[in-house]
Amino acid sequence: MSIVGEIIISALLLVGAGFMLVGSLGLARLADPLQRLHGPTKATTVGIGAILMASMLYQFVGHDKISFHEFLIALFLFITAPISAHLLAKAYLHMNRTDRE
Amino acid sequence: MISIALAVSAAAISFSVVLNLWRLLVGPTPTDRLLALDTMVINSIALIILFGMSYATFIYFEAALLFAMVAFVATISFCKYLLRGNVIE
Amino acid sequence: MIERILPHPVLTAVLVVVWIMLVNALTPGSVVMGMIVGTAVAKLTSVYWPERAKIGRPLLVAEYIGIVLYDIVVSSLQVARLILFRNPHTLRSQFITVPLDARSPEAIVALAGTITLTPGTLSVDVSDDMRSLSVHCLDIDDPAAVVSDIKQRYEQRLMRILT
Repeated sequence: MSIVGEIIISALLLVGAGFMLVGSLGLARLADPLQRLHGPTKATTVGIGAILMASMLYQFVGHDKISFHEFLIALFLFITAPISAHLLAKAYLHMNRTDRE
Repeated sequence: MISIALAVSAAAISFSVVLNLWRLLVGPTPTDRLLALDTMVINSIALIILFGMSYATFIYFEAALLFAMVAFVATISFCKYLLRGNVIE
Repeated sequence: MIERILPHPVLTAVLVVVWIMLVNALTPGSVVMGMIVGTAVAKLTSVYWPERAKIGRPLLVAEYIGIVLYDIVVSSLQVARLILFRNPHTLRSQFITVPLDARSPEAIVALAGTITLTPGTLSVDVSDDMRSLSVHCLDIDDPAAVVSDIKQRYEQRLMRILT
């Protein structure tokens, strides 16, 4: 495997893992439940995207295989992340409204 | 070099799973726990992929894909339960 | 006749491509199986899709996807900075209301998804008459600027794509 490929794959892996760590840190650290939604929906989605890209490149460069499974996983997660976040926010607001009444 | 990057990434993601677990246990609202669970699933998908890369086996991708789908459906139905009090109307 | 067999040609095409990716091999068998699955799914679920969304101008779609991907990366960096270096209790989080000009449900869904994935904003709810979105912001100074940014950057483009 060429050294350039190795550097790119390693960088993508580290960036992705860093973003996922930041997303989980946001989940643990932020103060308000609605603020906590921001961390995982953005940072974790980008993180998993970077890691999946690294895996795709790894198979392409190292094993001469073009794999689309990673692409499908990334696509699925990018489509579903906003929907989950939207429903979670809605559920939170709904429960708070019933608490106040 | 890739093996070092794999080890560091796996350590970072494992630590984020611990953080998620903490949020899952502490709460305080049900939506927090649900979000923690959802994030934990995404983290474990990343761990599955890192595992596949480090052992050069690519048979676990279906598992990762199914994991993502089941987690999405679970999150949605749980939210629906919190919103409406039942899942299937 | 074609209407009855293929109620949603775009959906069928997408399903064929996804099936080939899922099998991970471009063989005649996978193409045929993909076509069978694509036609069957489109036909069986056509009850739930009474109207056909019109997607025009592929160039604009590509431009929009590019902009959104770029914004996702930028927004993640911003959120990462806020999470790592700011005291969470000093964040000025608040709700803002974005009035909607777009009328088609598809455009509103796409806009809501885009808002969630882009800088410091999270779409929470759409009003009952579908005239406004309520958006939660992580840390903002000027709500009006955020609203006009969302409208110009995303909604204008979406309205041209999904008429």
